[in-house]
Amino acid sequence: MNGSNLIELGIAVIILLGTILGFLSSIGFIRLPDVYNRAHAFAKSSTLGVLFVLLGAFLFFLFAEGYFSIKLFLGIFFVFLTSPVSTHAICRAAYYSKVGLAKESVQDDLKEAIEGYTQKHSNAVARDF
Amino acid sequence: MALQVLINLFIGFLWMFLQDDWSVLSFFSGYLFGLFVLFILARFISAKYYLFTLQAVVNLFLIFICELFLSSILVIGKTIKPKIDIKPGIFSLETSLQGDAEVTLLALLITLTPGSVVVDISRDNKVFYIHAMDIPELSDAVLKSKSKFEDAIKKVTRP
Repeated sequence: MNGSNLIELGIAVIILLGTILGFLSSIGFIRLPDVYNRAHAFAKSSTLGVLFVLLGAFLFFLFAEGYFSIKLFLGIFFVFLTSPVSTHAICRAAYYSKVGLAKESVQDDLKEAIEGYTQKHSNAVARDF
Repeated sequence: MALQVLINLFIGFLWMFLQDDWSVLSFFSGYLFGLFVLFILARFISAKYYLFTLQAVVNLFLIFICELFLSSILVIGKTIKPKIDIKPGIFSLETSLQGDAEVTLLALLITLTPGSVVVDISRDNKVFYIHAMDIPELSDAVLKSKSKFEDAIKKVTRP
């Protein structure tokens, strides 16, 4: 077993870890109860999974082909930039379309805040909050 | 900060032209020299030396990667349990940050930390409404990391 084999093994492990994270996040997507909890599963674990896969590809090109791929870094950067924004947009849209929380939920501060706001401003609707 | 980078680039180009050697190496050595000059002159242009800001950015990034790993493990642990035992909910979180840039950055960081999604922000940019997957455990985690994030963000955005 020489050096380059060892490096390729390490890269394979990193990419495998990324795929496992993606798999676990899809399991979470099926099992969790409501939109908001599913958003946790699909947005976060898949971010980490994509990070690992791209990192593995980057290391592979660096060591096997000797070529520094800045494109893969940009990929990581843009996934990190867009993933939280889309998650926030989906959750906010779901909340104001009156998608209910799961019945296990224990707390809802936003609902109280919105009720307080609509009581204070008589002609306001929830979306104005 | 933008002004300092511009001055530094200018010194780098000047150095390259004075050497009469159009190469990346000569530009780079000029840039390093410029860093040194700016370090000496920083107190005259009444701004923080921009390498310190850069260091704060790197610091923020490292904190964030660390949090991402820790809470990812926590969420995955909850997901793959045979019986899902979670208490989700929306809790409110007050922030001391001001201005659009700081609030946006904090919301981005909290949303990227697994187990918490910022659902909405109040009109006056003071209160975040965060959906957490498991209220007692994760809201404590978010509260703890919030003060860390806020300190790191303040170091970046404030002079």
